[in-house]
Amino acid sequence: MSSGYDAIVIGGGHNGLVCATYLARAGKRVLVLERRERVGGAAVTEEVFPGFKFSVYSYVVSLLRPEIMRDLDLPRHGLHILPLESTLTPLPNGDYLAQWNDHDQNRRELARHSLRDAEAYDEFGRLMHLMARAVKPLLGMVPPDPASLDPRDLAGLFRLGSHFRSLGATQFYALAKLLTMSSADYLDEWFETEALKATKSASGIIGTLLGPRSPGTAYVLLHHYMGEIDGVFRAWGFAKGGNGSVTAALAAAASAAGADIRLQAPVARVLVNAGAATGVALDSGEEIRARLVISGADARRTFLDLVGAEHLPAEFAEAIRRVRFRGASAKVNLALGELPDFACLPGNGAHLRGAISISPSVDYLERAYDEAKYGEFSRRPYMDIIIPSMIDPSMAPPGKHVMSIFAQYAPYQLNGGWTDTRREAFGDAVVDTLAEYAPNLKSAILHRQVITPADIEERLGLSEGNIFQGELTLQQMFFLRPAPGWARYRTPVRALYQCGAGTHPGGGVMGAPGRLAALAVLKDGA
Amino acid sequence: MSAAVLKTTPFHARTSALCVSHAWRRWAGYIVASSYGLTHEREYHAIRNAAALLDISPLYKYLVRGRDAARLLDRVVTRDIARAAVGQVMYTSWCDAAGKVRDDGTIARLAEQTFRMTSAEPNLRWLETNAVGLDATIEDVSESTAALALQGPASRSILQQLTDTDLSSLKYFRITEATLRGSSAKPRKTPVTVSRTGYTGDLGYEIWLAADDAPALWDALIEAGAPYGITPAGMLALDLARIEAGLMLLDVDYISASQALIEGQTSSPFELDLAWSVNLGKEHFVGKPALAREAQRGPQWQFAGVEVEWDSLERLHAEAGLAPTLPSAAWRTSVPLYVNEVQAGYATSGGWSPLLKKYIALVHLQSRWAAPGTAVEMEMTVEHRRKRAAARVVKKPFFDPERKRA
Repeated sequence: MSSGYDAIVIGGGHNGLVCATYLARAGKRVLVLERRERVGGAAVTEEVFPGFKFSVYSYVVSLLRPEIMRDLDLPRHGLHILPLESTLTPLPNGDYLAQWNDHDQNRRELARHSLRDAEAYDEFGRLMHLMARAVKPLLGMVPPDPASLDPRDLAGLFRLGSHFRSLGATQFYALAKLLTMSSADYLDEWFETEALKATKSASGIIGTLLGPRSPGTAYVLLHHYMGEIDGVFRAWGFAKGGNGSVTAALAAAASAAGADIRLQAPVARVLVNAGAATGVALDSGEEIRARLVISGADARRTFLDLVGAEHLPAEFAEAIRRVRFRGASAKVNLALGELPDFACLPGNGAHLRGAISISPSVDYLERAYDEAKYGEFSRRPYMDIIIPSMIDPSMAPPGKHVMSIFAQYAPYQLNGGWTDTRREAFGDAVVDTLAEYAPNLKSAILHRQVITPADIEERLGLSEGNIFQGELTLQQMFFLRPAPGWARYRTPVRALYQCGAGTHPGGGVMGAPGRLAALAVLKDGA
Repeated sequence: MSAAVLKTTPFHARTSALCVSHAWRRWAGYIVASSYGLTHEREYHAIRNAAALLDISPLYKYLVRGRDAARLLDRVVTRDIARAAVGQVMYTSWCDAAGKVRDDGTIARLAEQTFRMTSAEPNLRWLETNAVGLDATIEDVSESTAALALQGPASRSILQQLTDTDLSSLKYFRITEATLRGSSAKPRKTPVTVSRTGYTGDLGYEIWLAADDAPALWDALIEAGAPYGITPAGMLALDLARIEAGLMLLDVDYISASQALIEGQTSSPFELDLAWSVNLGKEHFVGKPALAREAQRGPQWQFAGVEVEWDSLERLHAEAGLAPTLPSAAWRTSVPLYVNEVQAGYATSGGWSPLLKKYIALVHLQSRWAAPGTAVEMEMTVEHRRKRAAARVVKKPFFDPERKRA
């Protein structure tokens, strides 16, 4: 019965691996239990069709915390991030809007649409840079609870208070706006080009059942902007070999640090004795004991499925029941016999080595959301597309290509539920919409994989298929994530911790929850 | 994908044929020649000894028109635009609300209610933001207006051949409409405006014209200037000349307040030696309250010139067994300056003046160290070793020939 492990980490997703590695490096004996036949969670590369490799779920790297990259020496463990060069927004009128990394090229392109926007772009970028710096301390710290009198909370609040006071009036007002406005309204204050506003505001709705005009989405915009500014220096990009390489590097780092990883070992429940976690029971019936259990699963799964409400204070169980998931994002992965030929920019070119955003106007996005509000999928969805084989040719057979389409909205709570027919109907809506901009698309498709929130839930165990383990909205962030009073990675069950994206600061292949959870565990001297 | 990602100026057909060095540089999203020849030396000496022809089309240019055009500009910039006579050009900077410089450029009063403003960065949005409630329109003519600078002692003689307008009566920082004759091959006349302005600190003119007329005018000037030694000159030659003239450059010598990430990166007009251009008697302009306060307490920094002492250069190089060697082109990096072991400031651009035979630099110094004659030390690396060369603060401009204004 005694395994000799100090800690069991439930789930070999990126946060579980990060947490396990930090603990192992601190001398703890750690076991990672992964349900599937591979580590990675939502950050996996799979050869879905022979010769065609896909970052099946998450597909870019932007928010990965620099301290994790450094501490765990991920490049030495094989991580190579290749840059994405641009964002292309094709427009229904045959034109396009492109955003380029090069300042002159970008300014010239924006000026083609609006001289004012070309001029505002740099000042907007500067303000967002300052805002990201303003919020940065929150990402690296255990969030202090303003309702608490615990000296640690008070000290944290004091530090934050001094920090926010040091911002100065202009920045403080801007931050207040970011915290309260919708991304569309916020961007309206800066830009006049519809496609620019729409493409930028899309960052505010990713992974969330909210539209660009929903209040609070402006902050999420900043959350994603942070990757460009405060992630690993110059590391917005595509991981060579797909996002599975991120978790492969993390698994290598975990093993090098001495952590054990067991695959195909699904956890059935957390063993609780006298209010404390004592280990886990696997689906197989095997029980493994450890001094600590750390769950990388989301809050609903951890507390209501694995622990059980009977071991929890009623109020806490109720708070967990109220966590909003509402997955709204789907993935369509295409194997292509040839490159898509965009009518607005025919042929091969730099525009195919970056992101392609189907977001021609704010109205377009909001309409896509309207359908989802009432339980239908968007017939003309928002899409964020990359062609990984253009960046890393090893992703597809020579001359052939893979295309990753992140599409929204495909609400988990679909009227009538998700069926094979509805799944393929959504796949058709995605392909039909994209084919309006790239007419050769349909004939180029060799294989198609459509993944709905229901599929994500079933395969990865993410509740309601939410890619962030709980919506990234203000009422579920900071000291409220996942539940008021329980944002410190600790739980009402002694010796049970959480380390997933459902905890502060949230999702996005960031790794911060895993690291902060490990630090909380070590601080507790557990 | 359009082949040309960067823009080319209206003179590109001419300049690209001449650019045997293939050395191009970016300027405001355009490519312009760094030097046409294999080195820039001949081009520099043409500025001081004959006449140089420079393509300055990448400047941002705005036409501000309307009953309140002068009021709008007066709201934005620090100088008193209402006082500008028709035909007058004013150099000025403009600030943000904190009184920190956003950009600098010239404003020419073309008519009672018509002004042309030039700037280093785009300013359409900034002007429009400040035009709320005023009867003024702003037109971005950056692409439709081409511009050439003809600079050097022979510039007047060359230009006079092409026009009946008497250029000797065109005073420093004045502008006039003129019609320029074409070349012998294409004699068609070109309407232009000619301002007696420039970025070299020498006798010189800037010629503003419709982009379509650009190649013809280039040909006419080259033909008329040939007997005088007219020489197309690139940015490397201009950079040396503007340092000798003590003229600052955005993004090199200072950072726009609109892009600065910390307050320490911003500069007020007082800190850029532009106190003379700040008119606190004006009713209101952006940044006035902050500037009025700063005028009371005095600026913390000064923008000044330093000359590095040759003996010191010789000594530092001799320690390594070398004779002094200095780069032939101007540099534009931040170099620390010290007084008594304390960092007193930093240089932002500098180089060897071929004319003055002096090693000069434009510097930012804390005010107490900025008086002319103050001994400072400038960091320099000799054979991989960091050293400090003796220098002293001098008045700008380093070079100020009488012909500039005469």
